[in-house]
Amino acid sequence: MSNNLRFKTSKFIDETYRVSFKFNNKTYFGFKGDTLASALLANGIHLVGRSFKYHRPRGIMTSGSEEPNAIIQLHDNSSRTEPNVRATEVEIYEGLVASSQNCWPSVNFDIGGINNLLSPILPAGFYYKTFMWPASFWEKYEYFIRKSAGLGKSPKEADPDIYEHKYIHCDVLVIGAGISGIMAAKMAAKNGFKTLLVDEKSYLGGSSIYDNSEFSKINNQITSSWLEKEINEISKLENLEIKTRTSVAAFHGYNFLLARENLTDHLPINQRENKVRQRLLKIRAKKVITATGSIERPLIFDNNDRPGIMLSSAVKRYIDLYGVACGENNILFTNNDTAYETAMSLIQRGIKINAIIDNREQIDSKISYEVEKNNIKIYKGYTVVDTYGYRRINKISIMKLSKDGQTVIGDKTKLNCDCLGVSGGWTPAVHLFTQSGGKLKFREEDQVFIPNVYPSDQISIGSCNGDFGLEEIIKNTLSSIKKFLDIDNSEYKTVETISGLNQSKRNIWLLPSDKSIGKTKSFVDYQNDATAKDIKLALREGFRSIEHVKRYTTTGMGTDQGKLGNMHALGIISETAGTKMGEHGTTTFRPPYTPLTFGTIVGRNVGEFFDIFRRTPIHDWHVANNAEFENVGQWKRAWYYPKDNENMHQAVQRESKAARDSAGILDASTLGKIDIQGTDASEFLNRVYTNAWSKLAIGKCRYGLMLNEDGMVYDDGVTTRLGENHYIMTTTTGGAANVLGKLEDYLQTEWPELDVYLSSVTDHFATISVCGPNSKKIVSKVIPDLDLSDEKFPHMSFKNSKIDNIKCRIMRISFTGEHSYEINIQANFGKSVWEKCMEAGKDFNITPYGTETMHLLRAEKGFIIVGQDTDATLTPIDLQMDWIVSKKKYDFIGKRSLYRSDTIREDRKQLVGLLTENPEEVLEEGAQIVADIKKSPIEMLGHVTSSYYSPNLKKSIALGVVKGGKNMLGQKLIIPMENKNINVTVADPVFLDKEGERLNAKL
Amino acid sequence: MFLINCPFCGEREQSEFKAGGEAHIVRPKQPTELSDDEWAEYLFMRKNIKGVQFERWNHVHGCRKWFNMVRDTSNDQIKAVYKMGEKPPVK
Ligand SMILES: [Zn+2]
Repeated sequence: MSNNLRFKTSKFIDETYRVSFKFNNKTYFGFKGDTLASALLANGIHLVGRSFKYHRPRGIMTSGSEEPNAIIQLHDNSSRTEPNVRATEVEIYEGLVASSQNCWPSVNFDIGGINNLLSPILPAGFYYKTFMWPASFWEKYEYFIRKSAGLGKSPKEADPDIYEHKYIHCDVLVIGAGISGIMAAKMAAKNGFKTLLVDEKSYLGGSSIYDNSEFSKINNQITSSWLEKEINEISKLENLEIKTRTSVAAFHGYNFLLARENLTDHLPINQRENKVRQRLLKIRAKKVITATGSIERPLIFDNNDRPGIMLSSAVKRYIDLYGVACGENNILFTNNDTAYETAMSLIQRGIKINAIIDNREQIDSKISYEVEKNNIKIYKGYTVVDTYGYRRINKISIMKLSKDGQTVIGDKTKLNCDCLGVSGGWTPAVHLFTQSGGKLKFREEDQVFIPNVYPSDQISIGSCNGDFGLEEIIKNTLSSIKKFLDIDNSEYKTVETISGLNQSKRNIWLLPSDKSIGKTKSFVDYQNDATAKDIKLALREGFRSIEHVKRYTTTGMGTDQGKLGNMHALGIISETAGTKMGEHGTTTFRPPYTPLTFGTIVGRNVGEFFDIFRRTPIHDWHVANNAEFENVGQWKRAWYYPKDNENMHQAVQRESKAARDSAGILDASTLGKIDIQGTDASEFLNRVYTNAWSKLAIGKCRYGLMLNEDGMVYDDGVTTRLGENHYIMTTTTGGAANVLGKLEDYLQTEWPELDVYLSSVTDHFATISVCGPNSKKIVSKVIPDLDLSDEKFPHMSFKNSKIDNIKCRIMRISFTGEHSYEINIQANFGKSVWEKCMEAGKDFNITPYGTETMHLLRAEKGFIIVGQDTDATLTPIDLQMDWIVSKKKYDFIGKRSLYRSDTIREDRKQLVGLLTENPEEVLEEGAQIVADIKKSPIEMLGHVTSSYYSPNLKKSIALGVVKGGKNMLGQKLIIPMENKNINVTVADPVFLDKEGERLNAKL
Repeated sequence: MFLINCPFCGEREQSEFKAGGEAHIVRPKQPTELSDDEWAEYLFMRKNIKGVQFERWNHVHGCRKWFNMVRDTSNDQIKAVYKMGEKPPVK
């Protein structure tokens, strides 16, 4: 059979280059230039998949990206495997492996096909209705539904391919390289516009490139010949970049577009090594010309989905471009003239056409007369009412249409065929236009939506703008482009066209049948098995908006976004509801136009580039010393340093003990640092912190709390006065960028009169904190010249100093409650100073500790961590930090909010300490706190914010927020857990050394 | 993604900017003298209109300057950009 399906006439197929490929485990041959679809058709294969809901056999329907049925899995069982690929878009290569995806166990025998017999009980909304109740049934159905509802398999291994992103800026972007796109690109490039022309196919010229008909001519040449010369000419233009195999996925506002450029998918696997597979182009164009053409409409009649039923234009493309006949006994079924072009292409190659069924009573065009002359029987005013054949169409029955087209009359005639080409006219491809925010209008004459209001500097030309005749396309393209680019047309002085087609059409959205609608299966959405009956049912059940009908029936919800059938759905809705087209809205096409792979979306942002991180200058030392790391914002911070197979708990206990018993050392470089200068610096700090700053002496440090204007705690940190008009502020690690942004905001917008300058210096300094009773001895060894006496260098003060002649800033401040120093030095000396401290601390068992131990030590002291113990709903009063809120200052950010009716409530959540009845029991952070477990529902009083086992206190400690907690000291509360209730007592949040004896001890 | 004409740097990608809410809401000079309702008006009440809106924007990954923008929120058309402290050039 397959011998006489290939016609050796196409110049697009290289017949000297035979390609073998596997489909459903069987080996076939095709030629270079074939798509998987054309190669399968050449082998006589139409049945390629099963429909989603009813598992009906489905064949190749189209020849392009609008394909709803021929959805396959590419590269079986490998890391490259890819589901939901359209066979019509895959160019074959040696070794290609593909399989049908929506069938089990095989495409020819599919268990899910039973759904087809069950279809009377599988109406629209079936899934919604059935699985709502009873819930226990779902578990029984689920296994079989999951098994049979195949939407492909995702790869289980890492993708071996390389992807990348590229930015392109151009004056003019032309999307689509058909006749109008080619003409537009030439006019733009020749007039000095930097132009980019993209097309999703591997060749230029669109469907006109294989238009060899005598019935359409340009300047007295056959269309394809004229176009070839044009392509030849533009390929030499310097100003023009051409990208084929490039499909525009998204058209966003301000002419920002995303396109996928396919670079290696057509190559044999062994030629793809080290090459970029796909590139995501991020295009910013000053002007966009959309020339995406149009998509042929199917016709909606009973059983219009059998393998062998195809778009008429696809039948034409397969024979003209690939030299493949889709059938040996063809019938064409149309409501317009374009199917006669298909007929002529078949006639020229001697391929049999059994009949043409035309909805129209009157047909009056040169091309139809020519077809008739070839003794092809044309049934005028007829429609197909049914089709036959399970795995491939073998028969149709036709009847005469009534005058109004609403019913069928007369006798039924049966005709044989193995391929039925259908044409319901053309739908402009306005997907990208609507994505960009464009508004459509409906043209009554031929029932199409066309671009109306452009939201940006763009234009649609050719058939995507509703121009279907050759003469119209060329004439309107020329005048539109001239106006759009504001140029004189010197490129195309006279273009004369001849066309044998006329534009008459008899549009009937749902063709009538001799059966009642309930007995028909007229598919509107092939991929999701939505029928005309389903749409009517949805309307009967009260759905009106197209967006609701769409979701209820799943019309247009497949991977093809209903490119073929959406118009018919709208048409059937308006006919049934008796409203105007578009009155119920048009569905929104969303990006991407065709699916994108994840690889293309992420580009090079994989592996270590997936989420970049920041390292401190001392990072390498932490790595070398076995640190585990924690992500804090973008930072990698040393978390703890396990020794000899210690787990985290053991390491943290050891580190915490060492820091209080002798000495600990912490890399605090990630703390945010903001350099503040200017004559109003003190006044500025007064306004942004809750406490007073005017009287802070030079060389002194102070802890500050920053609020939002709503009174809630925003950030905290120590700020040091370095000079009369010079401060250095520290912020939390995670808050650094936001704090700087907030300060800049106030300076620029509310207080521009203040003379203050801010610079972020976080990365400029390495910060090393040495703490513990032996910290003084260690620092004095590292900086022998510095007087560390309490008189000269008391707590909360600062000194400029030098280490090996390198300037550094030393602060005596403490986040642990121990005597401690913070050394700030130029970042690139951080690691060597750290090592110096380690060396100096050797005799004192200096112990490096990470963030976990830092958190534990500060919790012992009841110091808060903004973002852990606070969550933007706590005021300083809620935190029992009244002491830091100045009563004297007239104003600061958030002050007024501290006495709003809501913030002065006594029963707000307030920070408290929590001690467990069993001192060995450590609470879970986030656990709920309640008072009464018998009450139903149990009232939640708050939650645990920080919780640790303290090796220094030898008991479990926790911080939490509790409603009215301030007045609950000593009260018993309960932490209900999954399998037990834990009794706790509300305590003072300062667990250790409340008097500050450790901090002030004479060392 | 829109293109924003920063009054200090010129046209840049939207990804370089941060939106900062409604513009021309002045922080009261004497908050302590306001009633709860008056303070709440300043603190919480925003118009959030569909249509022409006056907004604050910050060129956060550029010059870090705050400026004002007039944008039609229904179609993202930017009608004007102008510096802080300046009067809106359009109504
Ligand atoms: Zn700027």
